[in-house]
Amino acid sequence: MGNISYLLLRAEKLANQNSDPKIIVVTSGKGGVGKTTTSAAFATALALRNYPTVVIDFDVGLRNLDLVMGCERRVVFDFVQVINGECSLNQALIKDRRVENLYILPASQTRDKDALTLKGVARVLEALKKRFQYIICDSPAGIEHGAIMAMYFADEALIVTNPEVSSVRDSDRIIGMLASKTRRAVQNLEPIKEHLLLTRYVEKRVGRGDMISAKDVQEILAINLLGVIPESSSVLQSSNAGIPITLDQNSDAGEAYHDAVARFLGEEPPKRDKKGLFSRLFGN
Amino acid sequence: MSLLNYFSTQPKSASIAKERLQIIVAHQRRERSSIMSDFLPDLQKELIEVVRKYIEIRDEDVNIRVEQAENYEVLEVNIALPDSSIVKIHTK
Repeated sequence: MGNISYLLLRAEKLANQNSDPKIIVVTSGKGGVGKTTTSAAFATALALRNYPTVVIDFDVGLRNLDLVMGCERRVVFDFVQVINGECSLNQALIKDRRVENLYILPASQTRDKDALTLKGVARVLEALKKRFQYIICDSPAGIEHGAIMAMYFADEALIVTNPEVSSVRDSDRIIGMLASKTRRAVQNLEPIKEHLLLTRYVEKRVGRGDMISAKDVQEILAINLLGVIPESSSVLQSSNAGIPITLDQNSDAGEAYHDAVARFLGEEPPKRDKKGLFSRLFGN
Repeated sequence: MSLLNYFSTQPKSASIAKERLQIIVAHQRRERSSIMSDFLPDLQKELIEVVRKYIEIRDEDVNIRVEQAENYEVLEVNIALPDSSIVKIHTK
């Protein structure tokens, strides 16, 4: 019996690897909730599992993904220049030095968000689909042009939310936009698959009744809860050093991100001696 | 001791947050789900133009509201007519 389920799991894994490339937008509406941290962590974790992965910074004018990924000194060309045909895609893609299969497409620092056009973004994404299994789009904050460009072509969305009133309300606004302002909505296709990722969670404060619980946020937004990332000093430390949190073996937040990626891929998260937040809260 | 008592009788702030969010999110979602929300501003503009063909009214005299009931929506249009003495009837 165990053998069969193992084989099924393997078959599923192979099927995953051969399935169509997926575009994932990391979005939130509100700024400072952890979109870039999440984009870097997710992309790195997917690449560590041997999925060819690229992560794109859509925050034109305020580029930061390169810093969090630790490749800021290797940026020569950027996303906007690729769109404008000022360089090739290959020239702009930065290969990660630590993880095989991981690439970064940095944002332009000198242009503004209007430099992104639907046509241009579509062309670059189509080219990336030929090389990568997962294309992670790190959205800028807000609900304007840049955010819409980042979400427009998405197949799935990670909605990064803090257990705090303004973030939860903004997440609901974003959920509304995913359902109306994206390619899948406009063309009446199967809707974008939405996943809630709760970050900066402090269980102690939830216990004391002064932070909204994961269950309550999930109930309010009524979308699939993918993971709960604990507030952790290691997140700041890893961004200080330009190391994605999922490369830190000793970080509780990194571990929670790995579990979220496992759930995203439809796997059972690994059993651990010390159960993660999500497991303790939701019992799996 | 009195301070402790004060805090223990107050509802926890997290439950206040939840309640407030449930109300605001429900409101946001009602607005989004209304089939009329997309064209309501245009409808209002055109209504004003049509009424103005016959009666002089100000923009703010036309009020449009969509009310949600269990499984239907009510479109409520309220046009306040000006004082009859200044009504100018156009005749064709």
